Amino acid sequence: MNALEFIVAGMLAAATPFLLAALGEMVAERAGVLNLGVEGLMAMGAVVAFIIVYHGGGHLLGFLAAGLASAALSLVFAVIALGFRANQVAVGLAIGILGQGLSALFGKSYESLTVKGLPKLSLPWLSDIPIIGGLFAQDVVVWLSLAATVAIWAIFAYTKTGLVVRAVGENPKAAHALGYPVIAVRFAAVAFGGVLAGFAGAYAAVVYTPLWADGMIAGRGWIAIALVVFGTWLASRIFLGACLFGAVSLASLAAQATGLDVSSQLLSSLPYLVTIVVLGIISSNRRLLKLNGVASLGEPFEQ
Amino acid sequence: MSALSRPFLPVLVRREYASLAIKLVAPPAALGLATLLNLGLYLLMGRDPVAVFHAMLMEPFLSWASFSEVLLKMGPLLLIAQGLAIGFRAKVFNIGAEGQFILGAIFASAIPIWLPQATGQWIWPAMLVLGALGGVLWASLTAFWRVRLNANEILVSLMLALVAAQLLNYLLLGPWKDPAGFNFPQSVMFQYDAMVPILIPGTRVNVSLLIAFAFSLAAWVFMQRSFAGYKLQVGGLAPHAAGYAGFNEGRAIWLSLLIGGFAAGLAGAAEVAGPLGQLQRSISTGYGYAAIIVAYLGGLHPIGIIFSALLMAALYIGGDNAMVSANLPVAAVRVFQGSLLLAYLVSIAFVRYRLEWRHAAHGSAP
Repeated sequence: MNALEFIVAGMLAAATPFLLAALGEMVAERAGVLNLGVEGLMAMGAVVAFIIVYHGGGHLLGFLAAGLASAALSLVFAVIALGFRANQVAVGLAIGILGQGLSALFGKSYESLTVKGLPKLSLPWLSDIPIIGGLFAQDVVVWLSLAATVAIWAIFAYTKTGLVVRAVGENPKAAHALGYPVIAVRFAAVAFGGVLAGFAGAYAAVVYTPLWADGMIAGRGWIAIALVVFGTWLASRIFLGACLFGAVSLASLAAQATGLDVSSQLLSSLPYLVTIVVLGIISSNRRLLKLNGVASLGEPFEQ
Repeated sequence: MSALSRPFLPVLVRREYASLAIKLVAPPAALGLATLLNLGLYLLMGRDPVAVFHAMLMEPFLSWASFSEVLLKMGPLLLIAQGLAIGFRAKVFNIGAEGQFILGAIFASAIPIWLPQATGQWIWPAMLVLGALGGVLWASLTAFWRVRLNANEILVSLMLALVAAQLLNYLLLGPWKDPAGFNFPQSVMFQYDAMVPILIPGTRVNVSLLIAFAFSLAAWVFMQRSFAGYKLQVGGLAPHAAGYAGFNEGRAIWLSLLIGGFAAGLAGAAEVAGPLGQLQRSISTGYGYAAIIVAYLGGLHPIGIIFSALLMAALYIGGDNAMVSANLPVAAVRVFQGSLLLAYLVSIAFVRYRLEWRHAAHGSAP
C-alpha cells in the first residue's frame, strides 16, 4: 500500500472524531451558544467508552454511555452559562479543564491498556476500485457519521426545527417574542453537542486508536471548534474541513513510516499549524464570516 | 390554570446595583462549594475525605517548609494571571499563556546553553529579559492573527501553545539535549550565575516572587489609574462606546496580548532560572491554564489575584501532599481547579442578579 492509498483509505476514520465534535459544536453555536469545553467533553466520552469496552460491555454500550456522560457534563455548562448567565468563554474553559481532569482521574488505572476496535464494512464492487477503493471500506461508526452529517445538513436546510434553532441564535429576542422557548432550545442544542462530542471521544478511544493514554484527545476538541469557523457553520463544509484534518494527520503518519527526514515534533504540530494558517485565511474574509456567522454567539439571553 | 397549581420556579432578577458584599463573599463561597463537591468525589473513590482535606488545604499552611514551597509556586501563577486579567478585562481572551510561558523558558535558556562558561551577575537578569521577549514574540503572533487576519484569538493562542509544547520537545530531544544526561529529555544544568538569587534564606523562594508583586502593583496602577488601562476596560465593557470615543480596538488587542505574553514569558524564564535550573519537560505543568482560573477567581482585579494565586499555589502543594499521604491521583488537582472555577462563576452571578421564586408563567409579571 503506498502513501496515497494509505491516506485515502484512512482519511474518513481519522476525520470522524473531528467531524462528530465539530457538528455538535456547530449545532450549539447555531443556537447562539459558544461551548469551548469540547476538548473536555471528548476526553470524558473517551474514558467512559474505554472503561466500558475494556470490561466487555461492548462498543454500542460504550458509545451510548460516552454520549450520556458528555451530555451530562455539557448540561453543567448549560446550567451555569445559560441558567446563571455566566461568561460562556470562562464556563467553557472550566468545563474543558474539569472534563480532562475527570478523564485522567477515571482512566488512571487503564493507562496503556488496549481494546479491540471495530471491523471494516466494505461496500461491494466499490471497495475493489484501485487507489480509491479503500474509501469504501469503513467501520460502522464512520458510515453513521456520514449519515449524521447529511441529516444535520437537511435539518438546517429544510426543517422548521433547524429554522427555530437558527432564529434563536440569530435574534433571541425576536424568537422569544414569537413564543419560542429560547433557553430550552439552547439547552437542547448544548446537550446535543455534548452527545456528539462524547461519541467523538469514544470513537477516538475505542475505534480509531483503541489504546488508553492520558491526554489522548490531544487538541482535537479545539481543532473541532476551529472547524466550525472553517466550515462557516455549514455541515457540508465542516465535513470537508474534517477530511482535510484527517488527511493531514495521516500524512504525518505516512511521512514517518516512509522514513522521511522530518522531526516527529514538527509532524505532530502539523494539525495545529494548519489550523492556525487556515483560520487566518478564512477569518480574513470578513464578509464571509459576517454572512454565515451567528449574530448572538456567546451572548447571554435576558428577557 | 389557577395560580396555585403552577409550580414555583427560581428566576434570576437583575439587581439595581451590583452587590459589593457578594463580590467579596463569592470567592470563599466558591472555595467552600468546590471543596464539598470534591470531598464527595474522594469519598466515592474510597479515600478518607478528612485526610485529603487536611493534606490538601491545611498542610500547605501548617509548616514553614511547605508554606515556602507555596510561595515558590505562587510566583509564576501570580505573574501570568496578572497579565491575563488585563486582557480578559478588555475581552481579549488569551488562553495560550502556557505557550508564551514555554517560549519564555526557551528564550531564557538560550544564554546558559550557548554560553555555559559565562560568569557574572548580568546573566540571570539578561535571561529574564530574554524570556519576557520570547513570551512577547509568541503572543504577537496571536495579536497579528487577531488584528490583521480577524482570526479568533482563543483558538490561535491555544494552537500556538500546543505548537510550543512540541517545540520544547524538539529542543530537548534534539539540539539542546544534555549529551551527558543519559538520554533524558533535558538540557545541561545551568551555571550558578544563571540562577535568580534566593529571596528568603533557607528556602527556594527567589527574587522572582518580588518581581511578581512589583508586576501586580504595576498592573493595579495601569488598570485603576492610567488612561490606557481605562481605554482597555471601556473596550471590554462597551466596545461600541469605545469605538465612538475613538479608542483604537486593534491597539487594545495588541497591548492586551503583549502584556500577557510579557508576564508569561517572564514567568517561564524565572522557572528555568529558579527552582529548575535547567530546561526540562516539567516546566510545562499547566501554569498557563491554571493562571486563567487564578485571574477569574481574583475577580480580574490585581489585589484579588494576589489572594487567588496564593490559594491556587497551595492547591498544587496540597495536591502533592494528598498524592503522597492519601494516595490521591495528581489529576484530582485539575478536577478541583475546574470545579473551583465553575463554583466561582455560579456564585459571582449573584453579584448582578438575585434569585426570586415565581410561578412558572409566560412572561415575567408577578
